[in-house]
This record gives sequence, C-alpha cells and structure tokens, in this order.
Amino acid sequence: MAVATLTQSGGHHALRFFLLRTTQFIAVLATTLLGLVAVTFFIGRIVPIDPVIAIVGDRAPAHVYARVRQELGLDLPMIQQFWIYLKKAISGDFGNSVLTTNPVMTDIINVFPATLELATLGTIIGALIGIPLGVLAAVKRGSLIDQFVRVLGLIGYSVPIFWLGLMALLLFYAKLGWVEGPGRLDVTYSYMYTPVTGIVLIDTLMQGQMDAFWNAVSHVMLPACLLGYFSLAYISRMTRSFMLNELAQEYVIAARVKGLSEFRVIWRHALRNASVPLITVIALSYANLLEGSVLTETIFAWPGLGQYITNSLQNADMNAVLGGTLVIGAAFVILNLVSDLLYRLLDPRTR
Amino acid sequence: MTGAAPLVQPTGLRAWLLSPEPASRWQARLGRLYLGWRTFTKNPLAVFGLGIVLLLLLVALFAGFLAPYSPVAGGDLRTLRLLPPSAEHWFGTDDQARDIYSRVIYGSRITLWVVLLVSVIATPIGLLVGTVAGYVGGWVDTVLMRLTDIFLAFPRLVLALAFVAALGPGIENAIIAIAITSWPPYARIARAETLMIRNSDFIAAVKLQGASTPRIIMGHVVPLCISSLIVRVTLDMAGIILTAAGLGFLGLGAQPPMPEWGAMVATGRNYLIDQWWVAAMPGLAIFVVSLGFNLLGDGLRDVLDPKAAK
Repeated sequence: MAVATLTQSGGHHALRFFLLRTTQFIAVLATTLLGLVAVTFFIGRIVPIDPVIAIVGDRAPAHVYARVRQELGLDLPMIQQFWIYLKKAISGDFGNSVLTTNPVMTDIINVFPATLELATLGTIIGALIGIPLGVLAAVKRGSLIDQFVRVLGLIGYSVPIFWLGLMALLLFYAKLGWVEGPGRLDVTYSYMYTPVTGIVLIDTLMQGQMDAFWNAVSHVMLPACLLGYFSLAYISRMTRSFMLNELAQEYVIAARVKGLSEFRVIWRHALRNASVPLITVIALSYANLLEGSVLTETIFAWPGLGQYITNSLQNADMNAVLGGTLVIGAAFVILNLVSDLLYRLLDPRTR
Repeated sequence: MTGAAPLVQPTGLRAWLLSPEPASRWQARLGRLYLGWRTFTKNPLAVFGLGIVLLLLLVALFAGFLAPYSPVAGGDLRTLRLLPPSAEHWFGTDDQARDIYSRVIYGSRITLWVVLLVSVIATPIGLLVGTVAGYVGGWVDTVLMRLTDIFLAFPRLVLALAFVAALGPGIENAIIAIAITSWPPYARIARAETLMIRNSDFIAAVKLQGASTPRIIMGHVVPLCISSLIVRVTLDMAGIILTAAGLGFLGLGAQPPMPEWGAMVATGRNYLIDQWWVAAMPGLAIFVVSLGFNLLGDGLRDVLDPKAAK
C-alpha cells in the first residue's frame, strides 16, 4: 500500500515536472521564433532598395507612388508593420518570389525534401562512422587511431566545404568516374517515377524503378559523404570525450571486476551511458548540416533549400531569401530544443 | 608547474623570469608569460599553428616583395591564359591571364583584414553584452541573453547571407555581417565568467570603496574575462575565415578583381575539369590558414584555460 502511494506520488511529481518543462519549452520556442521573425523583418527593412520604386519605377508621379506605398502598408507605423508581417509569417505567408512568381512557402515546400534527404543521409553516414571511430579513439587513447581521429577532426574544422566539394567532384566524378556528377537524377530517369514524398530515393524504391534508384544513389553519394564527413568530424570528437568520461567511472571497473568481456564493457555499458549526450550532439550536427547544405547544394546543383536561397540571393529576391532564412532558423531552433528535451527525458539524472 | 624543484638551477634570464619572489609586478607578469610560453611550446602542433599564422602575417606584410606579378592586372590573354603551374607561374594562371601565386599572396591581406576587423568589432560587443548581463542581472540579464539566444539560433552563414543580401555585396558589408553573427558566443562566455567573478570578495571590497557599476565592470570584471575570450576568438578565427570565404565564393564578399580566396575558388569552378589549379590553389590557402588558426587556438586554450582543455 505504502509502496503504491509512493510510486503514485512519484508519478504525479514526474508528470507535473514534465508539464512544467513543456510549458517552459513552448515559451522559449515562442520567444525565440518571435525573435527570428523580428530579425528577418529588420533585415528586410535595411534593404537600400525602395520597394515602392522597385514596383512603380523612378519616373512614376507622386500620387501613384503614394498609393502603392499605402497598398504595401509602408505608411503605417513600424510596430504595426511588424504586426502584419508577424501575422503573415505565422500563417506561412512570406510573399511571392520575384524569381519563380510562386508564393515563397510553396517553393520552400517543393525544395525542402531534397535538403532533408541530403542532410539525413549525411547525418546517418556521420553517425555510423563517427561513433565507432570516437569509441576506438577513447579506448586506445594516444594510439595511432586516436591521432587519426584528431587529425580527421582538425581537417574537418579547417577545410572550406565548397573547396573540398569541388575537389571531390574533380577526383571522383571527372577523373575516376566512380559517381555521377551534379544534380539529383539523370534526365532520362526523371520521368520514370511520380514524385510522392519528394525524396527521390524513397519514391523510386517504392515504385520499383531500380535503375532510377541506383542512378539517384550514385548522384547522392558524393554530396552525402561530404556532409557526412563534416558531421563525422564533430561526432567522433564528441564521442571520444564522452567515452573518456564514462570509462573513468566506477561502474566500468565494477563491470570489469565482474569478469565481463572488454567488448561488453565498452559497447554495452559505457557506450550506452554515453549515448544520452550523444543524441544531443547528433541533433546539433543535423542542424549544422542544414547550414552546410547551402554551399554544398550550390556546388552539386542540388535543388534544395540552400540552392533556392543562393539563387534568390543572386537575383535580389528578398522575400525568398528571408523566407528561406526563417525556415532554416526555425528548423535550427526546433532541433536544438528537441534534442534538449530528449536529453532530459532520457537522462534520469536531469529529473 | 610550480612545486617540483628543477634539477638544474636555472641561471641568468631564466632564473630572473622564474624567480619565486619577483621584485616587481613587471617581472611577475613576464615570468607568467614565460611559463605560459613553455606550456605552449610543449605542444608541437600549436607551435606549427603559430608558425602558419606568423607566416600569414609576414606574407601579408611583404606581399609587394613576394609576389612576382600584379594581383589584378593580367598578362597577354592570347598566350598566358590558364597556364598550368610552372617555374614562371608557380600556381599557374587564371582565365584573365593573371598569376595565381601573386593573387594568393595578395589575398592574404584581405583574409587578415577580415579576421582583424571582425574580431575588433565583435569582441567588444560580446564582452559588453555578456559582462553587463552577468553583473547587473535581473531583467537586464534576461533581455540581453534572450537577444543573444535569438542570434545564436540562426546558423551563422545563413544569417550572414541574409544580411549581405540586404546590405548589398561587398567586402565591408561581409565584414559587418560576419561580425553581427559572431558576437553571441562571446557574450555567453563573458557572462559565464562574470557570474563567477561577481560574488568574489574583491568585487565586494571595490564596491565598499564606492566604485560605480560601470567602473567595476570596465575596470575589474572585463580584464578577468579577456583571457578566456581570447581563446574563443582565436578558435573562432578559422570559422570567420571560412564564412568570409563562403560569402566570397557565393559572390557576396570581395568583388572582382580583388584577389579574395573564396571568390578565386568560385572562378576556378568554371575551369575545374581541365584547369584544376585555378580552384585548387586559393582553396588550399584557405585550408592552411584556417588550420593554422585552429591549431593556435587549441594551444592557447591549453595555456590560458587549462580547465577547458580536457
């Protein structure tokens, strides 16, 4: 009976704690997103081009100028303009793109799956290789493999991603011919499937178009490995430091004394405990890849959000630039907060 | 470092530097500097990084002597265009028949200029925001830190892109944009340091002497935050260089014909398959320089901030 009440009150406490955290979480999310909108609003206002002149031309009579100015809402006080901008941004209305003439949101929905595909593959590659490398580096501290991981990380932090991408393209596509070049799919395959999810790899596989699927794999390989390398550099470094931390704990000694094999001690016990902070790291590296994709997509002609932003930039299409910036910023914030929440949920010590 | 008695008693200048009873504040400072230098030189990679950074400084300073050709004026377009690396043109020539080696040499000035200006603009902003937030506390702290978080929430390159898009392309605007995106982590660090210092006895003593809040912040809190900030800024310099190069690559940084490394890689992109050197050489320069700053930053961290090094 006593036990039952105890657990019940404990459960009640946990629930209250969880609700409190969730409220806090939503409050932080809301203020940060509000801030993001404010920053993009501000950037939109410092553009030296007068939006009215951009529409009516510089020879328009004064009354036309005044009317258009009124229609655009530019005669209203700044705070009221921001309010209108905010309301529109919340409903996903970032205005129309000058370049494609579509609403910016429609464009973003169209291009986002390509970025998602690339960033997800990059993170998977980075985690699959980075975690074992980090564990090995921690276990064999000071050995050749530890040095190797260190150098790999240093290069990853120092090399310009656009240059490495170009060099990889030169080597693996132009010289060796191991992979397909820029783009997502050869033109010959692009009508062999119907886009459903917008993620070519999934669409072609689901529809049984194996030729198209392998072609897409060959196209995505290089940019995904490139992004994967950058996330690997970060993930392996962090894994190493978490594992060093865990391996110094007493439970590791206890497990060894119990006679568990070294393999079990490292991969089952220590890594399991290190995996909680690792989740945060992986989520962060995922968010970083969204940024890395801006330059990578430009090089590999990958029709994602990054290329959309840079194309719009080159055509002074501010609505599209700010919409894209806001979406990447929001994704960044949400990923950060989700990783934080996951950490709290998974690690009993933070309760 | 202290404690253990050296086997051989140091003599001369070293003895003076390592003296356990320095006769002046000046001697004590120099002694500490010397100890730091000894820790620093124990890390060969850090020394290597310092070497690269010094080389960058020298190259930028003596670019006029080192570069055999003009960085902006091209040669004969009929015969000197897109030549491969040779004894005459070490890194080859580009599409305007310009010597790439000379351009890379002069480009070091732009890179150094960007790094210097960004740190000169961003560090004081971060320092001020962080120390004020940490020392004053209360709602000032909340407002300033929320603001910092908002700027931290944007990925750096994307925010810089948006700013440059609004301000217009050009090296000055790129520097402003990078500075705007660089200060938030500095503010975070300065605040964390300030929170540790705020309740110390010596601050209480200064307060009892009647010092005003600005005086305490500027005279007593800021100097103590600087060493961890220097480490962070040095570690950040590689990131600043990479962001500037990225902006240049996208055509938003330095405008032609300025020999900016990122923009040079962008030119080389058009000739990638057959004239690889046009893109490869300036990119290599970016890589080496940011590697140097990363190594130097790592070494400085070991010296100035031993806690974080682990």
